[in-house]
Amino acid sequence: MDAELRELYQQVIIDHGRHPRNFRRLEGGCSCRQGFNPLCGDQLELCLQRDAQGRITDVAFQGQGCAISMASASMLSERVKGKTEAEARQMFDLFHRLLTGEEGAELESLGKLRVLAGVREFPSRIKCATLAWHALLAALEPGDDEPVTTE
Amino acid sequence: MNESMLFTDADNLALAKRCRGDFPLLSRQMHGRPLVYLDNAATSQKPQAVLDALQYYYQQQNANVHRGVYQLSEEATSAYEGARARVQRFINAAGVEEIIFLRGTTEAINLVAQAYARPRLQPGDEVLISAIEHHSNIVPWQIVCRQTGAQLRVIPVLDSGELDQAGFAELLSPRVRLLALTHVSNALGTINPVKEMIAQAHQQGIPVLIDGAQAVPHLRVDVQALDADFYAFSGHKLYGPTGIGALYGKRRLLEDMEPWQGGGEMIIQVSFEHTDYNQLPYKFEAGTPNIADAIGLAAALDYVDNLGLEAIAEQEQQLLDYGTQALQRVPGLRLIGTAQHKAAILSFVMEQAHPHDISTILDRCGVAVRAGHHCAMPLMQRFGIAGTARASLALYNTRDDIDVLVDALHEVVRMFGAPMAEGGQ
Repeated sequence: MDAELRELYQQVIIDHGRHPRNFRRLEGGCSCRQGFNPLCGDQLELCLQRDAQGRITDVAFQGQGCAISMASASMLSERVKGKTEAEARQMFDLFHRLLTGEEGAELESLGKLRVLAGVREFPSRIKCATLAWHALLAALEPGDDEPVTTE
Repeated sequence: MNESMLFTDADNLALAKRCRGDFPLLSRQMHGRPLVYLDNAATSQKPQAVLDALQYYYQQQNANVHRGVYQLSEEATSAYEGARARVQRFINAAGVEEIIFLRGTTEAINLVAQAYARPRLQPGDEVLISAIEHHSNIVPWQIVCRQTGAQLRVIPVLDSGELDQAGFAELLSPRVRLLALTHVSNALGTINPVKEMIAQAHQQGIPVLIDGAQAVPHLRVDVQALDADFYAFSGHKLYGPTGIGALYGKRRLLEDMEPWQGGGEMIIQVSFEHTDYNQLPYKFEAGTPNIADAIGLAAALDYVDNLGLEAIAEQEQQLLDYGTQALQRVPGLRLIGTAQHKAAILSFVMEQAHPHDISTILDRCGVAVRAGHHCAMPLMQRFGIAGTARASLALYNTRDDIDVLVDALHEVVRMFGAPMAEGGQ
């Protein structure tokens, strides 16, 4: 079996893809945004709940897509819970750097999300990995409910 | 060799094996494995004869057509018009002037929507399409309906991927001004009974456009026998170049239509006050046409006819049967589109893996398939899926290709585990 393929589909990704965490609806007082990848039809809705200080108290998502997009959303939901808005934005930047092939000690704060680094060898799949992250960024913004797309 | 003793279809299997060498691209390696190209419904590979025809034209005959009073231009014109006559013969049109060269099926449908339907549609009129159309046979009609106030109606599809003929009969009414129907579904492979459906539409005086993009590589098409009013197809799915296709239209209908685009070539005489349009087919070919690719398309038609479309179809049907059985044995795999009459398209989903994950893994095994909605999003919605993985066959595909596909699908199963219904991993 192809080493890059094994790197891409690590057990943790297949596990999160099959059994996504925080795959549920958030009720009341949350900020939700839809993400859509028109190329492949993947779509999801990501919702955030924040306390008075703006700290993210809960994250949940629903939708359908490939193992990469579901696993990325699932791990995102675990990782940004409890973070401030600024920390979540920083996480977005780090994740982006991870996928564009950057190395560096600060990427370690991504934790389990680093298993998605294998996606960088599959350019046509990078948008799968970033779909939920674009929805996250949009959900942090006040404003309209326009779905975000990966295009 | 056991090859000769294997099956009674040895001759037909030999066809694919004999032809593979004609397609230079098929000798490529992908990720260190021999390429197994199974995305022929998207576009087919090109035989050397087509590549040679393109090169010969540019090296020996290139000049603009219908203009020059010099030998080179006459040669180019003769090659280009020869290609038109070749297309006429291929689909058995009554006259050469009924063949309009365009960029492809999409452009042909847009031409009919704008030059035929738009001036004739009134608010309250209906355009009838089916639930298994490609976006290119949906969106041009949505546009013209919006422009005219007409309504788009959709023939429903059954779970098998066949059209609901009772539903079709109910939708035929005096309000329907045009039926636009695919001959073969690109996503499911369903072969529609277009001849019967055209006859039913004609009984009510409804003209019919057939989208033949997926049909011409697999079936012998005779536009007169079908009695199609318009028939559109592309060259690149038929072993020809991209950027060339043809619209067939009945002469009477084409003559009644206003030009679609203005420019050189489509005129007889121009003044600032008035322009006389050229005769058919030039009325619909404004500007310098795609001369080289039309000639390339003619070479592709020669290639296909040399092998015999009937022999190609027979081999593809055998391979479809073989592939259908082999795929059904893959754990968790479900075929989408099980019509009785099918072209060589195997569309499927797997319970444990998304089509994009399947496609990525297959790619690393050298197998090229399409994954996604196949430009048929309403159809995917009808089946309650986001997309499928699709293996679509051509004349050069063999049982070996299917075997490699199946091995690669077992790789997906190894990676993603057994289907959850069977106890998970």
